[in-house]
Amino acid sequence: MWTGILVLGGLALAFGLGLGIAARYWQADDDSVVEQINSILPQTQCAQCGYPGCRPYAQAIASGEADINQCPPGGESGVKALAELLGREPKPLDTERGETKPPIVAVIDEDRCIGCTLCIQACPVDAIVGASRLMHTVIADECTGCELCLPPCPVDCIDLVERPDDWRWPRPGDSVGDARSLDLQVIDSPEPANGGEDRRNKPRTAVHG
Amino acid sequence: MAGKIDGTNRGQPYMDETLPGQRLHPFFGGLKLRHHKQVACQSPVGTPPLPERLYIPIQQHQGRPDEAVVEPGDKVLKGQLLARGTGLRAVPVHAPTSGKIAGIREWPVAWPPGSQAPCIVLVPDGLDRWTECAPLAEPDRDNRDKLIAHIRSCGLVGLGGAMFPTAGKLAGDWPDLHTVILNGAECEPWIACDEMLMRERPESVIAGGLMLARATGARRVVVAIEDQMGMVAERLEQARMENAPEGIVHLVQVATIYPEGGERQLIQALTGREVPHDGLPQDLGVVCINVATAAAVNEAVSEGRPVIDRIVTVTGPGVASPCNLKALVGTPATDLLEAAGGISDNTRRLILGGPMSGLPLASDQVPVTKGTNCLLALTDSELASTQPVMPCINCGECVRVCPAGLLPQTLFQQIRGENFDEARELDLFDCIECGCCAQVCPSHIPLVDYYRHGKDELSRRGVEAERARRARERFEAREQRLAREKAERQARRQARKEKLTDRNQAKDQVAAALERARQKKK
Repeated sequence: MWTGILVLGGLALAFGLGLGIAARYWQADDDSVVEQINSILPQTQCAQCGYPGCRPYAQAIASGEADINQCPPGGESGVKALAELLGREPKPLDTERGETKPPIVAVIDEDRCIGCTLCIQACPVDAIVGASRLMHTVIADECTGCELCLPPCPVDCIDLVERPDDWRWPRPGDSVGDARSLDLQVIDSPEPANGGEDRRNKPRTAVHG
Repeated sequence: MAGKIDGTNRGQPYMDETLPGQRLHPFFGGLKLRHHKQVACQSPVGTPPLPERLYIPIQQHQGRPDEAVVEPGDKVLKGQLLARGTGLRAVPVHAPTSGKIAGIREWPVAWPPGSQAPCIVLVPDGLDRWTECAPLAEPDRDNRDKLIAHIRSCGLVGLGGAMFPTAGKLAGDWPDLHTVILNGAECEPWIACDEMLMRERPESVIAGGLMLARATGARRVVVAIEDQMGMVAERLEQARMENAPEGIVHLVQVATIYPEGGERQLIQALTGREVPHDGLPQDLGVVCINVATAAAVNEAVSEGRPVIDRIVTVTGPGVASPCNLKALVGTPATDLLEAAGGISDNTRRLILGGPMSGLPLASDQVPVTKGTNCLLALTDSELASTQPVMPCINCGECVRVCPAGLLPQTLFQQIRGENFDEARELDLFDCIECGCCAQVCPSHIPLVDYYRHGKDELSRRGVEAERARRARERFEAREQRLAREKAERQARRQARKEKLTDRNQAKDQVAAALERARQKKK
């Protein structure tokens, strides 16, 4: 009996030691963990998580300082992906930090803008161009919709609008947009009298999507 | 199921001395369908009356959007450049007839279904006056680069329906293209435009094939047609005897199985090899081009004519007198239907393309593009939408017919469960959307719509990921800039401070010197 205990105990000790050394030796690289977390984050750079950008938040998650449910733009699916990566239990999004919104972009009302440059300094992705006392404008393609330009604006000339979305192929059965329900509607001559460019007076077509 | 080829021997000419098509190989899956073609082939290709207005989509190919080069009020001649793009995939668009540009406006288009896209509105003047056409000079035809550049400038895209820029297929760094396959296997029911073209202008098809062979450096041209195409074989054979040197052009008849006319399926039938799923036909040393494209290449090179019209089959149970019409690009569908005797009152749906892979049109105003091969009017009795969609019973019928060798039912379940990454792993993007699986599904599940939805979601995620990558780059660049500016500010402050202490020292030194002088005086 003693031999059995000794052999098994010895084996357990040897494996434990081996695993301990291995864990120390092949420790997950801190940087690569941060990198992986950062690649899940939506890169909105909105700071709603309480950190000044996505990478700082990724670092905070990696060091165990921050929780995984602090990113509203990432939404529930983002929390799920983080939980999966880090091997933790997914938890509901911390709604005190904000809500998940559809993609938005900032638009500057150029008539009201006084050219104070405050929003340019606030933009985390340098998506606003302009100069002192000259009109500013948003590069819509680069805007992440983080809303950080709103508070500094002294004349409240920045609005957030929904990002124009491309047409998407609907999920079958979701709505009347199902391609099978796309029946023909013969439309009246939709040509405006002047024949020129008139995008408001669109011809009527079957609703889709 | 045919095995996939080993990726390592890609690019090596396979059976170089064996002629593709000498022996026919079966491809996996597919369906035998009723043909319905003869109904539209009773009379020669007709010419519809000139429409009152043409709506020419600015973008008629895959790739970056093009740019209009005309303005409202401009007078244009037939064949004049209307829009052009930048980049390799760009394809110019030309005026289909002479007239005046009325404007550029949003107009219903076929893709995406129910959407609108910017179209150039052209009001024909009825004179049909040509601009000056510049055919490619005889010696230049042997220059590959010049030939390909000419094909690009004449706006050639795949006229079979996919509208892939033809020049993009020809120009490339492929080691050894030995065969040009001219795809005349128009396998989808009802569509007959290629059949009519090969009946009426076989010499143009053969001549175009020879030009494409010159442009690619290929030594052979294989014209593949279906074995049910009546007199086409005879006409092509005669044209080959008259126009082509001995032993270069070969005519092959393939079995009529849908979707044999699909590029990958046809290549498999002719060579016995599968195009690798992440590769191109060029990797096998072949390039596959539609017969109508070949005829258009001939016209572009020998007459200098850009692509401004095409043959469209107007057919279906809802059409009074089905026919083939040579339609100008930009002609609204309703004008063509009118020219074919109009549509009956019980027409429920208009389809662009064939019944299997075509797109339902949301409006009868959708204009003809370079890829419009067929307008199909279906009545109540042909539509399956009255059949309720039932749950999948895992019968496996779809697996049996899928020509891409996929697992349609598993793909469907993954996409329905929004597991798009798993669907990608199951090679969703190898789906050619032929519609065979949906056709045989006993539960009437609109499978292809699910696949299109899945592909759309995945490509959208790609766009989002790209957007995130850019935002991250810009954020990190800004952080670096701010850190650098901060460091510079600090350095300046430090320098000033040091200067200040220097000044204090200098004062001390002056005071010390004064002190010494005073001491001396004493």
